[in-house]
Amino acid sequence: MKPTLLRSLFVAAVLGASAAAAFAQDMTGAGATFPAPIYAKWADAYNKATGARLNYQSVGSGAGIQQIRAKTVDFGASDMPLSDDVLAKDGLIQFPTVIGGVVPVVNIKGVAPGQIKLTGQVLGDIYLGKITQWNDPALTALNPGVPLPDAAIAVVRRADGSGTSFIFTNYLSKANADWKAKVGEGTAVNWPTGAGGKGNEGVSGFVQRLPNSIGYVEYAYAKQNKMTYTLLKNKDGNFVPPDADNFKAAAAGAGWAKTFFQVLTDQPGKDAWPISGATFILMYKAQDKPANAANSLKFFEWAYINGDKMADDLEYVPLPPAVKELARKSWAANIKDTSGKAIAWK
Amino acid sequence: MSATLPASSYIGAQEKIRADMKNRPPAARRSSPWADVLFSALAHGAAWLTLALLAGIIVSLLIGAAPAIKEYGLSFLWTSEWDPVQNRYGGLVMIYGTLMTSFISLLIAVPVSFGIALFLTELSPLWLKRPLGTAIELLAAVPSIVYGMWGLLVFSPILSQYVQQPLQSAFKGVPYLGKLFSGPPVGIGLLSAGIILAIMVIPFIASVMRDVFEVTPPMLKESAYALGSTTWEVVWKVVLPYTRTGVVGGIMLGLGRALGETMAVTFVIGNFNQLNSLSLFEAANSITSALANEFGEAAPGLHQASLIYLGLVLFFITFVVLAISKLLLEQLKKREGTVS
Repeated sequence: MKPTLLRSLFVAAVLGASAAAAFAQDMTGAGATFPAPIYAKWADAYNKATGARLNYQSVGSGAGIQQIRAKTVDFGASDMPLSDDVLAKDGLIQFPTVIGGVVPVVNIKGVAPGQIKLTGQVLGDIYLGKITQWNDPALTALNPGVPLPDAAIAVVRRADGSGTSFIFTNYLSKANADWKAKVGEGTAVNWPTGAGGKGNEGVSGFVQRLPNSIGYVEYAYAKQNKMTYTLLKNKDGNFVPPDADNFKAAAAGAGWAKTFFQVLTDQPGKDAWPISGATFILMYKAQDKPANAANSLKFFEWAYINGDKMADDLEYVPLPPAVKELARKSWAANIKDTSGKAIAWK
Repeated sequence: MSATLPASSYIGAQEKIRADMKNRPPAARRSSPWADVLFSALAHGAAWLTLALLAGIIVSLLIGAAPAIKEYGLSFLWTSEWDPVQNRYGGLVMIYGTLMTSFISLLIAVPVSFGIALFLTELSPLWLKRPLGTAIELLAAVPSIVYGMWGLLVFSPILSQYVQQPLQSAFKGVPYLGKLFSGPPVGIGLLSAGIILAIMVIPFIASVMRDVFEVTPPMLKESAYALGSTTWEVVWKVVLPYTRTGVVGGIMLGLGRALGETMAVTFVIGNFNQLNSLSLFEAANSITSALANEFGEAAPGLHQASLIYLGLVLFFITFVVLAISKLLLEQLKKREGTVS
C-alpha cells in the first residue's frame, strides 16, 4: 500500500511540475540587446507578481526581426523601427517600450564631463576622418577655453552590427550631409575610419583605455562607467547634456499619433537630446496562437503600468503616458486571432 | 588423440579438410558474433558520418552563399568594399587580414617554438623539464577570450607606447617607409593580432615539436656527439631531418588554429573594413572576426549571403593549407634517405 501511495504521489508531483513548466514558459521573445536588462528586470518582477515567465533571448535587433518573421517567438524586439510599408507587408505591428539615448564619450586629460561641446556637423566630420586633431579650428571654435590637446583623435565605434550604431548613424545622416552621402545609416555601415569595439562594453573599454579617443555608447554605460560625455547642439540650437529629462523631451516632440515609426534623432524641442531613440516590440497582427499573444500583451500592459520605476533605476526613460495609450489602442485595433476577434489582454 | 580415433572418422576428417581446401576461399563470409558486426557498423558509420557532415557543411555554405556568389562571382575575392548600407560587399580586406595575421603569427611562433622544443629536449636541466613542459601545455588551455582581453587591455597599450609611437615618430615624413608604420596610435591592428595569435599557437607547435624531437633515436644523436658535433649541429643536422614530417605537421596545426581563431582576434584587430595602406599598425579585419561581429545583425539577403561566402572562402583556405601540408609531407617522405 505504501509504495503505491508513494508512487501516485510521485506521479502527481511530476504531472504538476510539467504543468507548471508548461505554464511558466508561456512567452518567448528575441531581439535587441539594448533593452535586454530592463526586459529581464520586468520579467522577474512580473514572474513574482503573476507566476508567468518570459524567455527573452537578447540576440540582436536583426536576429530578432528574423525570428519573429520565422514565427519562432511570440514577439521580436528591435532598436530599429520598421517602416510602415515593411510592417504592412509582413503583417506585423510595432510599439515602443522604453526610450534611451546614445552618448558621445571622450577621454581627454583635463577635460571634465559635459565640458566639450559638439555639433552634429563636427561629430560627423570626426567620424568621417575629416577632423583628425583635437585642436582643429572647428573644435576650438566651439570650445573656447577648453584645454584641447594637439593630438590625433582616436575614433572608436561599434564593430558589431547594432541598434546603437543605427541610432548614431541615423543622427549623423540628418546632421551631416557629407555623412549621408558617403556613409549613410544602418546597424552596420562602411565606417571610413576608427577602431571597432565589440558591444557597448567594447567601445567604452577602448575609450577608457585610449588617450584622446572619442566613442559613442548607450547612456546607461556612460553613466555607470562615469565616462566623460559631451554636450550636443540640438535642433533648436541649444547645447544640451544627455540625461533622462532630455531624452523625454526628444520623445515628446515626435509624431507618435501618426505612426510608431519614429527615430527620435534630431527632434525639435528646447531640451531634446539629439541622439535619442525608442526600442520596439514587433508582433503579428493575425495570431494563430492567441493565448501566447494575450500573455505577451498582458506582460507589456503590466510593464507599462508598473515598470516605470524599474526603468528609471536602470537608466532607461519610460514612455510618456500618451504614447502608452496609443500603443494600447494599436493593440486593440490590430492584434486579432485568426477568426478576426480582438485579443483580450486586460 | 588422433591415434585413438577410429580409422573411418580419421579418413572422413581428412576428406573434409581436402574439400575445404578445394573450396577456399569460402564463398560465403563466415558469420561473426553480433558484437563484431555492430562494432564494424559503428566504426563505418562514424567514418561516413564525418564525411557526410563535411559534405553537408559545404553544401549548406554553398546554398547560403548562393545569392552573393551569383551577384559577385569570383570578383568578391579581390573587391575591398564592404558597405552594408549600399549593400555592396567584397571580401578582400578580411581575406587579407586572415592571411596576414596568420603569416605574422607563424613568423614569430615557429622560431620561438623551435627554441622551446630544443631547450626542453636538449638543453634543459632535468628538474626544469617537467614544470616547463607542463606550463607550455597549460598555455594551450587558456580560453581565447582571455588572450583577447589581455591583448586589448595590457598588450596593445605597451605595443602602442613602446613600439608604434617611437617607430612612427622616427619615420615621420620618410617616404614609403613612413607609410609602413602609419595608422592610429592605439596599438591594435594586424601586428598586435598577429602577435597575440603567435602566443596562442606557440603551445601547439612547441609541444608537437618537443614530442617529435624526443623520439629521435638517442643512438643517432650520441653518434653525432661522438663525432664532435655541437648541440646546434646535432639538432640541425640530425634531429631536424629525422623529425621534419612531425615538425611540418605541428606548424600546420598551429596555422590551422591561427586561421580559425575568432575571439582573440576580434578584440585586437580593430575590425576595420578598409584597406587604406599596407601598414601593419593599421586596424583591419579577419574573416572570422567579421562573421562573429556582423552575423547577428545581418539582414537576410546579400549581407548574410556575403558573410556565408566569406565562411566558404575560409573553408577553402584551410582546405588548401591542409592539402599543401599533405603534399609537403609526401615530398619530404620521398626525399627521405636521399638527403641525410
